[in-house]
Amino acid sequence: MKRETPSQKSYYVSDEWYQSLVDGYQDWQHPEAEITDLNTRDLVRRLLEKEACLLDETRLDDWLALYVPECAYWVPASLNQGDPRKEIAVCFDDRRRLEDRIFRLQNDFAWSQRPASRTARILSGITAYQSKYEEVIMVRSSFFTTEFHDGDWRKYTGWYGHRLRKSSENWLIEVKQVNLIDCDQNLRNLSVIL
Amino acid sequence: MNIQEPIRTPKFLDWDELVQEDKVHRLIYTDEAIFQEEMRKIWGGVWIFLGHESQIPEKNDFIRGKLGLRPIILTRDSGGKIRALYNRCTHRGSTVCREDKGNSKSFACPYHGWSFFNTGKLSGVPWPEGYSCDFSESKFNLAQVPHVKSYRGFIFGTLNLDAPSLETYLGGVRAPLDEWLDRHPGGTVAFCDANRLKFNGNWKLLYDNSCDGYHVIFSHRSLLAMENRQKVGADAAKGMAFYKNSPDNGPMFLKYFGNGHHYKDKRPALEKRPGALWEIEGPHPGMEHYEEKLRAKLGARADEVLDLASSEPININIFPNLHILGNHVQVSQPVSLTETDTTWWGTSVVDDNDQLQGCADDINALRMRTQESFPNFGELDDLMNFEQIQIGLTAEEDEWVYMHRGLGINDRITHAANGTIIAPSTDEVFLRETMREYKRLMSVEPNLAIKRDPN
Ligand code: FES
Ligand SMILES: [Fe+2]
Repeated sequence: MKRETPSQKSYYVSDEWYQSLVDGYQDWQHPEAEITDLNTRDLVRRLLEKEACLLDETRLDDWLALYVPECAYWVPASLNQGDPRKEIAVCFDDRRRLEDRIFRLQNDFAWSQRPASRTARILSGITAYQSKYEEVIMVRSSFFTTEFHDGDWRKYTGWYGHRLRKSSENWLIEVKQVNLIDCDQNLRNLSVIL
Repeated sequence: MNIQEPIRTPKFLDWDELVQEDKVHRLIYTDEAIFQEEMRKIWGGVWIFLGHESQIPEKNDFIRGKLGLRPIILTRDSGGKIRALYNRCTHRGSTVCREDKGNSKSFACPYHGWSFFNTGKLSGVPWPEGYSCDFSESKFNLAQVPHVKSYRGFIFGTLNLDAPSLETYLGGVRAPLDEWLDRHPGGTVAFCDANRLKFNGNWKLLYDNSCDGYHVIFSHRSLLAMENRQKVGADAAKGMAFYKNSPDNGPMFLKYFGNGHHYKDKRPALEKRPGALWEIEGPHPGMEHYEEKLRAKLGARADEVLDLASSEPININIFPNLHILGNHVQVSQPVSLTETDTTWWGTSVVDDNDQLQGCADDINALRMRTQESFPNFGELDDLMNFEQIQIGLTAEEDEWVYMHRGLGINDRITHAANGTIIAPSTDEVFLRETMREYKRLMSVEPNLAIKRDPN
């Protein structure tokens, strides 16, 4: 039976997939797993910097092209991140919902983004770790995002946990976990993509 | 010809002037003195939702919260009794609890080390020989909210000694609340983390919106477009689409119960059969996988079980800070005159007796995702509109806020014998009635008190 793409149907978000997500994000930042190969480190750094730049420029379709089809954007609501099957997250998007999110932001009637926000992100401390699968690496980085919206300044800060997957010669983003330092607090108009 | 309106100075705290049948004065949203009065007369004077029992399931569990602006600790004490303690040391006033949640038999004040049991009683004072007083006097025990009661897991408190019982206060709104609870196994839910939002606006702007069927297709235009962007062929319209066309001519309605409580029922717009709710769900992560899995496992019963992952299309609004909509329990909390937190607690299904044949985890995995949708893609637009009202209302000379939709139209609004009022879903009668109640509360001084347990 021919199945539609993850943009149309969300079959890949299964028990197994959630489990591998939760497992993969547990206990992964081991010093001995840190990747020291300069070429890989450079590829990873350029990918994350590219991602930040595309978001700041609100080139959201180009941004999503950096993701594998079966991807996730995950902003946990608790500091220990939790199991998204049992807890509400600030955001938990699969491919289709990310496309929904972009569709809404590009719609002229998303009032929380009228006028549109301007953002500037600073990334630092990008460190890559080899996972137990050769084609998957995990990356930790710190971010500081400043948002200017309709005369107001807001800031978001914390760390990203990217899960990257090798696709031919490139690395693409499979999961972006955004760990806000104030993820368990009331946040005002978080309508941009972090 | 231009019509000129002279600029007037409204008589301060003249409630007949500030709240009228068809309009309210901007000052009730912008005046600091009125806000302070509200914290006493409303947020001290009526039953306020403080928390859910699933947040403090075990003895000695506590959460930190507020009653109006008063810092409190909601705890299940070592004897199992639920108390709302003032988070305020009886020595010189410091808070004694600074964690959002935890489990503790006692609270020690970090300033000079006075400590208190979670019953509120003073347990010890460092170097007591330096005091000549009798520490067994109850005045040194933590203050408490005198009335704390639960209704089916929902914990409320009030400082008002003359308050009616919680059951009486809730009145008619208990019926939809019961129905909402009874659709779950065991007639209960558990809180499971939250979408936490805030806006720069007065708390009433949120309450004013809570039963508003008028704004939906305008304020949520982007969400409606999003939910239906992939709609193909004869698929049922998804999500909030039942507000399209003329919602007043459809079977949806709103009901006002008294005491500021109301609800909107969108269920009559749906067919009454298992699976009808699930069918109109917009797209959510994992829905195809879990639906397939549940259908394979449960066969004909799957529809009924899948409905538990779907948003119940009702809004139940319990004045002044509790809202149940879809599967969320939304709680609002004033921070200041122009700042309000709104926390959308997610709820999960608790299936202790295995009524769902081992499928509760699957339903919850779906239910988490259905719940995240509206706070992400809908509520943010409402909150921005509330913020923009707060800005609009800074225009001093333009005084009135109108709420007269439906007023004076024959046969539009039904007054039932038991006092409830029923109207089409876009009517503003719920707002007029809530404001009438607000005016009543603001016009009298409630009989507020704290209590301290004796030693
Ligand atoms: S203020 Fe608490 S011990 Fe002094
Ligand atoms: Fe709304």
